[in-house]
Amino acid sequence: MSDLIADHVDMTFTMPSGEQVHALKDVSFTLKEGELLSVLGPSGCGKTTLLNLIAGFLRPTGGRIELNGAEIDGPGVERGMVFQQGALFEWLTVSENVDFGLRMKKSPKAINRQKVEEWLEIVGLQGFGDTPTYQLSGGMQQRVALARCLINDPDVILMDEPLGALDALTREKMQSLVLKIWKETGKTIMIITHSVEEALLLGERLFVMAPRPGRLHKEYNLPFAEMGLKQDLRDVKHDAQFGEVREEILSMIWNMEEEIMGKSA
Amino acid sequence: MSEIFHSPRGMFIAALFIILICVLIWATWYGRRLARTEVTDLVFGNPMKALGGYHWVISGVSTVLLLWLYFSWDAARAFFPNAANELCQVAKVESAVIPMRTAFPFEERLLRGTNLLNRDNTQLDILRARAKGNAFDETQQAQLGALVDRLASLQTSLASPDSLSPETTAKLDDIASRIDAATEKLNLGELSDAQLTAIANARENQPGWGQGKTEVPGDPVTERGALFDAIAPELTEIAKEYIDVRNNSPAFLDNVAALETDIAALGKSVPAVDDFRKQLNKMLKRIDDGAVFPPGALDKVEQSLANLHEVQIEKKGSLNWIDAFAMPGGKILSGNTACSEQGSGRWLPKPSDTVATFARLANPSIGFKNIPLLSIKQKPLAEMAGFLIPDWIADLVPGEYPRHQADGTIGENLKSKVLNIATGNFPSISVPVPTGHIWDSIMRVVAGLFFGIVLGVPLGLLMGLSRLAKGFFDPLIELYRPVPPLAWAPLILTIFGIQDDGKIFLLFMVAFAIMVISARTGATGTQLSKIHASHSLGASRWQILRNVILPNSLPEILTGIRISIGVCWGTLVAAEMLAGTTGIGFVENVARKQSDYEIIWITIIILGLLGLIFDLIMRWVIDKTIPWRGKG
Repeated sequence: MSDLIADHVDMTFTMPSGEQVHALKDVSFTLKEGELLSVLGPSGCGKTTLLNLIAGFLRPTGGRIELNGAEIDGPGVERGMVFQQGALFEWLTVSENVDFGLRMKKSPKAINRQKVEEWLEIVGLQGFGDTPTYQLSGGMQQRVALARCLINDPDVILMDEPLGALDALTREKMQSLVLKIWKETGKTIMIITHSVEEALLLGERLFVMAPRPGRLHKEYNLPFAEMGLKQDLRDVKHDAQFGEVREEILSMIWNMEEEIMGKSA
Repeated sequence: MSEIFHSPRGMFIAALFIILICVLIWATWYGRRLARTEVTDLVFGNPMKALGGYHWVISGVSTVLLLWLYFSWDAARAFFPNAANELCQVAKVESAVIPMRTAFPFEERLLRGTNLLNRDNTQLDILRARAKGNAFDETQQAQLGALVDRLASLQTSLASPDSLSPETTAKLDDIASRIDAATEKLNLGELSDAQLTAIANARENQPGWGQGKTEVPGDPVTERGALFDAIAPELTEIAKEYIDVRNNSPAFLDNVAALETDIAALGKSVPAVDDFRKQLNKMLKRIDDGAVFPPGALDKVEQSLANLHEVQIEKKGSLNWIDAFAMPGGKILSGNTACSEQGSGRWLPKPSDTVATFARLANPSIGFKNIPLLSIKQKPLAEMAGFLIPDWIADLVPGEYPRHQADGTIGENLKSKVLNIATGNFPSISVPVPTGHIWDSIMRVVAGLFFGIVLGVPLGLLMGLSRLAKGFFDPLIELYRPVPPLAWAPLILTIFGIQDDGKIFLLFMVAFAIMVISARTGATGTQLSKIHASHSLGASRWQILRNVILPNSLPEILTGIRISIGVCWGTLVAAEMLAGTTGIGFVENVARKQSDYEIIWITIIILGLLGLIFDLIMRWVIDKTIPWRGKG
């Protein structure tokens, strides 16, 4: 029952100038518990809007989104968020960031401390508990953001280009970490990304979205996430099928971008 | 006694002056040498070039101190302790002869007679032209023109050598020879035994320069000074007589009387003529004092004064140099009763005096106006309770306050006992609390800031988050904020009183606006992703406000506090100057009224140091509380 269901979701923004922007049109999908979904698309296709709708920061102008059989009405702890820049609270230490959600729930301190230790170990930050977050590198900040989100035990984890600002090497390590967490916790994860490779690696399912209005363009079911759990991610990338799908999606997005450019020209 | 006190101070300042010059020369030499020998690969414009250089700091500080010592005449006083007294004697002579000297082209451009003729002729020409005007008929024109001509010839007659009466000539000769006699006396330079005793006496008993109540005590303490002092009274007398000398021979006075009658005969019946008559009268009054002498009549007096001046300069000797170089920017003046410094020696207090005055003010039992600058006082706790507990609490107790009995005693009941506690009227232990002008000023700033922060920050945050709050309060705050705080002061002080209430409210207004604006800026500057993250982590609205928006706004809030402190400090001092009986501003205002430049400078220095301390504290707080600033 704990599926995430989007049912004919429509979203229209009204700009201050009065202009109407159709951000999402008739988006429907069902994400089963424990599925790993990545969403890909050219800029302006409504990826982030879709994520904000699921997170509850926005409300759709049409259709409905359900989680666990209940319509989403505002943000909640059962849907954890990880942002591109971490969005850490820089006035707090690493462990104060991680147990932020627990403290808001007023859960007992002793339990919090234990949980923080556990999660810092999982994300590979043991011993950094008392470090101020502004002293951490980008990759480490993203690990803190992951731990902060996961410690609340959400049903769904929503990631908004979580690895976009990292260098290639750190990015690869973080991709492995995301896969590891997905496997070990069995959480439903939805990742929005710009990178085709990342979308292929971190997607059991993959949505390619098209712009103007934002809509689901094509869906893939992919084996690479499972492969990535067993072997090195670099080997997965050298897989023949991987290359094929990557080229297909790249040219798909390329065409969409050209279409946009042509329209605006 | 004062001599003992004085001479070490003078010696200290003299030594300090010499040491400072040496230090300045050394630091400058060292800096120049370093600049020559140091091989540097930094190009011009690289900020690294401005790092270090403590020797230039030394050089700068010594320069400031030297300038202060020099222009305040503290150095002059240390090296030439008798110079002011001697110059005072010279000033006595100068102020004695100044009424005579102004009549001659010494400091002026023209001889006074020439000057008067010039001015009066211009006036007479104007009158002559007006007499021909069409306000008068022909007979009147003729009549008035004749009177103007008679005035003109009366004026010119003064310049004729024939007009000078033999008595006047004799008087002028007498004055010239008496000036010569005084000059001769100064030139001879002999002092009587009585004068020498007086000098010794003055040396013994008279306080030195800047030690007594009189800035520069007047009795001469040197033989050179005594020579000037000796001729000053005689010269004052001569000057008085000279001023009374008039070129008014009997014939001139007869002419004046005749003219006066004829002018009066014009009558008051015709307004235009009456008006002209008044002008003629005014002109006659100018001419009739006989201040114009024939050319050459005053030559002897002029020559005598010039001789006196020459001898004066000669006899001053080294004083000429001390006056010009050691005491720059002013001179010693002789007033009616005493001599005083004038110029930079007056408004720039001497460092040694400033330190002494500060030491005196800093002594809690002296202070300023019986209130110490800063001290600790035992205060009963009851007084504080009385301050904190509102008196009306007693009114709520049932019953009536006791009335006095037939035997004059007053009983007590619960109501009166509660009142006693509410007014602080009960025995209690005393605790030490700081007190004094400085403490009062600081507490006013702290209180104003406290209320400003406590009320301003929440409102500012709210305005940053709520459309209603922003729309509602924005016009109010934006309307009162741009008004300079001092423009509010007269109104606020009238409403809330000149004591602490009014000032604290004024400072509250200042701090409040700044705090609202900075808290609002902080709240609106919170990253949306942080707000989103905290929502997803299950934080309630209040938790987000308390744990995310408030800490995120801290940098702006602390900067706001830092600015508020500066502005409050400035406003407070000005408000204390307007009204009140304690505080640094009050001290400075009283000192200003008394022209006590030392205290004015002391208050300025205290204000500067306290402002600096406040700012350093705030910088420290900022470093400690928001180390993440700019790194998020």
